[in-house]
Amino acid sequence: MTGMITQTDDIVSVRSLDVVFHSRQAPAKAVSDVSFAVKRGEVLCIIGESGSGKSVSMRALMRLLPADRTKIGGHITVDGQDVLALSEGQLSRVRGSSISMIFQEPMTALDPVYTIGEQIAEGIRRHEKVSRAEANQRALELLELVRIPSPERRLKNYPHELSGGLRQRAMIAVALACRPALLLADEPTTALDATVQIQVLILLKKLQLDMGMGIIFVTHDLGVAAQIADDVAVMYAGRIVEYGSARDILLHPRHPYTMGMLASTVHGQDRHRDIEAIPGSPPDLRSLPPGCSFAPRCKYALEACTKAVPPEFARPGGGYARCIRMTEIVHQMGAPQPVHA
Amino acid sequence: MSTDTAAIGSVPLLAKAPRGPRHSFVRTVVARLRYDYLTLFFMGVILLAILSAVFAPWLAPHDPYATSMILRLKPVGFEGHLLGTDELGRDVLSRILYGGRMSLMMGIVPVLMAVLVGGLLGVVAGFAGGWVNMIIMRIMDVFYAFPSVLLAVAISGTLGGGVVSGLLALTLVFIPSMCRITETATTQIRGLDFVEAARASGASSGSIILDHIVGNILPPVFVYASSLVSVSVLLGAGLSFLGLGVAPPTPDWGQMLSSLRQAIYVQPIVCALPGLAIFIVSLSFNLVSDGLRQAMDIKA
Amino acid sequence: MDDTLVPRRPTLKPVKQGDPRDRGGALQPLLIVNNLRKHFPIRGGMLKRVVAKVRAVDDVSFTVMKGETLGVVGESGCGKSTLARLLMNLIQRDTGELIFDGDAVGEKTGITLRQLRRHLQMVFQDSSSSLNPRLPVVDSIAYGPKVHGVKTHAARDTAMQLLERVGLRSDLFAGRYPHELSGGQKQRVNIARALALSPRMLILDEAVSALDKSVEAQVLNLLRYLKTHFSLTYLFISHDLHVVRYISDRVLVMYLGEIVEIGPVDEIYEQPKHPYTQALLASQLSMDPAERVTEAPLAGDPPNPVNPPPGCRFHTRCPYAESVCSANAPRMDKRADPLSHQVACHMHDLASGHSRAGNPPRTLPQASQFAPKLALIGA
Repeated sequence: MTGMITQTDDIVSVRSLDVVFHSRQAPAKAVSDVSFAVKRGEVLCIIGESGSGKSVSMRALMRLLPADRTKIGGHITVDGQDVLALSEGQLSRVRGSSISMIFQEPMTALDPVYTIGEQIAEGIRRHEKVSRAEANQRALELLELVRIPSPERRLKNYPHELSGGLRQRAMIAVALACRPALLLADEPTTALDATVQIQVLILLKKLQLDMGMGIIFVTHDLGVAAQIADDVAVMYAGRIVEYGSARDILLHPRHPYTMGMLASTVHGQDRHRDIEAIPGSPPDLRSLPPGCSFAPRCKYALEACTKAVPPEFARPGGGYARCIRMTEIVHQMGAPQPVHA
Repeated sequence: MSTDTAAIGSVPLLAKAPRGPRHSFVRTVVARLRYDYLTLFFMGVILLAILSAVFAPWLAPHDPYATSMILRLKPVGFEGHLLGTDELGRDVLSRILYGGRMSLMMGIVPVLMAVLVGGLLGVVAGFAGGWVNMIIMRIMDVFYAFPSVLLAVAISGTLGGGVVSGLLALTLVFIPSMCRITETATTQIRGLDFVEAARASGASSGSIILDHIVGNILPPVFVYASSLVSVSVLLGAGLSFLGLGVAPPTPDWGQMLSSLRQAIYVQPIVCALPGLAIFIVSLSFNLVSDGLRQAMDIKA
Repeated sequence: MDDTLVPRRPTLKPVKQGDPRDRGGALQPLLIVNNLRKHFPIRGGMLKRVVAKVRAVDDVSFTVMKGETLGVVGESGCGKSTLARLLMNLIQRDTGELIFDGDAVGEKTGITLRQLRRHLQMVFQDSSSSLNPRLPVVDSIAYGPKVHGVKTHAARDTAMQLLERVGLRSDLFAGRYPHELSGGQKQRVNIARALALSPRMLILDEAVSALDKSVEAQVLNLLRYLKTHFSLTYLFISHDLHVVRYISDRVLVMYLGEIVEIGPVDEIYEQPKHPYTQALLASQLSMDPAERVTEAPLAGDPPNPVNPPPGCRFHTRCPYAESVCSANAPRMDKRADPLSHQVACHMHDLASGHSRAGNPPRTLPQASQFAPKLALIGA
């Protein structure tokens, strides 16, 4: 399982990533021992709730966390380069050429004082030696690529002049300006309306297939993951608790947390019964419980779960789940969904 | 109440709550300040300045008004006169201690009055919005149009100089900026959901302002006011320097600086001492204000 | 299980016999909204003249029965939050009337705003800004009763009991400040605060939207429990169609300030009539990677509510739009049973002159067929 990560066709490989935030109070372990890899043309979804470490692990890839308060451990390789060993100058060349990023709120990612066209052209000219006219031509093509209607006119628009969906498309165009090998997407569709969200997801999937990009897509929405992901990593309290193909994870979850997430997501449940919610709330990252972090909320937890962090148990069909009772729970149930007590 | 609804059952109680004692706003700020040694140090400096002004009669080694033709312009460390003497032979240390009373009063009193008046106007403008806001804020803008030093000099000069007119002049200078700060803060708070919720439960505007607005705008107002004190000390000294504030022979740092400047080539160090006092107090208020701002920056 | 196929009528059971607050009787709707309208002027230029109007809520009429949950769905800018604030009288309505349990609100013969606010309360979306950061949560909850003249001590006692009701141990949580609570805990406090005046109806404006899924499920369960225990009626506003389907008895669909469709929840979800409702439902994401949506049901964003399109406001995005759609605005039949399934669409009006009138399509065509319309959506 873990041996695969070192293969060379990965555009990004992360091994035993640790991220610790230092603050006035106790240090918070935001990410612990996270490993994953993404190949060209592959979409990995990192699913988790707030505080699960999903955004932090992704920001660590681009070293976007405040350096004075964060300690990053482990190995991150992007496009063959050791990210943690790069100088600031080398890093900024990697950002925007090999990797780009899109965010939840495009207004904070786009510069309000430049037009969309200027921002795309500037991105191109910073990384490639092309003339101004050529960069502008490329900007126009990019707007066409992300299906912005009447692109010539939109090039001259400022971000605030666009609607939410168009702004998100413009941000994608900016991110794609230098044909990145890897696109990092941090909940880019969460703030959008349903009818617009589906348009952006379909667009991203198409662009990804056409351009052969890898995408790491962070989301809390299982439906979004089902729509776009090849592989899924489920994070809880800073660790990947389950990893596998989207189909396996979403249809046949093996980790009690993944099962709980699926059960508590409202999608056509009988309205005469309570939704099967996970009791309690996620742990404080400054004082994680010993052993499995999910044990205090888990209905299958045993004494042994609180003793040591569960290792990766291989799932049938690839991937793993960090649960010492993985095979047992499935065996008992005979079905992936736990029976209501 | 629960007999007819047994089918739905009850809600499990969440047993998890934050540990430790209650973290009220004041407690959190105090706890943060405990480790901010720079701010604590300058708070100490301010306290020292205030105490030494209050207890000047007991601390001062000499009568601040006693002149002596023999002991004119003696250097720092001259026998019995730790900080030397001025152009009339008065003890500079004693005069700085006594002068602190006037200077600190010129620093603090106008700011307090401006907080009351400007704050009230700002809250009213911010909460009422609409044309009330427009009238109040446009009037403030008129005052804003003048440089503050010029305005203070003009008002104080028109009123005929003296301590009271100096205080009034400074108060008027600070009201517009105080008003604008509270107006901005009030407008922000007014738009938050908890104010809407209070309105939805039928609370009147008056009780919303008292219960929900004032408590939330105090931190920024307090921070801004403490930084204004340093400006006020400087402006007050400036007025005295120009002869518009405290009249001689009453000691005041600005006025001392003004009279000693003629002796700058004779006793440069002694001449600089009142200025140093102004500088230290002003700087201290500024840094304390900065420290408070950081300590009060708590995300809800 | 038993009634998934039969369209459900709102159950009237939760109105307790002999509830002293009940005035109109079980069959009197709790809230009737007639021709509610709110236009926000946009001022510009030196003289602050009105240059445009945001038609946030335009001629909206509906009925909420006692004990039911009416879901309100729509995209951003459709006016659903403005609607909530209009019902709460937090913003002044331009025209229209509200009738609460038979009494007109704010009229001589009816009830005053202050009385209405005892009966109608609201839970806000943003749990972080909806609690005063300087007050312990128990005081935030006790605030409403105190405003209505309850003694401080009694109000605090009520608040402590309510904390337990919403699942928070009062000994642990009462003295906490909002910044010490998680999002879910804050939302529980918000609900307790709304219940403090023992209202008969709650408006829940995206009350669970900002929460993590596992917490959202807890709060939804709590809302279900409270509804029975406190005999509540809900107006549940959300953009999440799954959640609305789970919690609602009837559903109201809004588009650009107007109601386009209203009806019993299963009819709306299983036989949506309005093309917009059909598109909304088709945009829902499946949890199964094998059922990916490959063609977006609609192109473009919802148009700006400033100066919305004439006629049917959906015609700029509608695959079936004809000339009649941009010429006349479709209307719902005001004389129809307010609880029945109604739609504002020319295709469902035999006399409209639309070529598909009387023979409306059940689903949307593939998006590619009307892709050229994309150009219309700009501006």
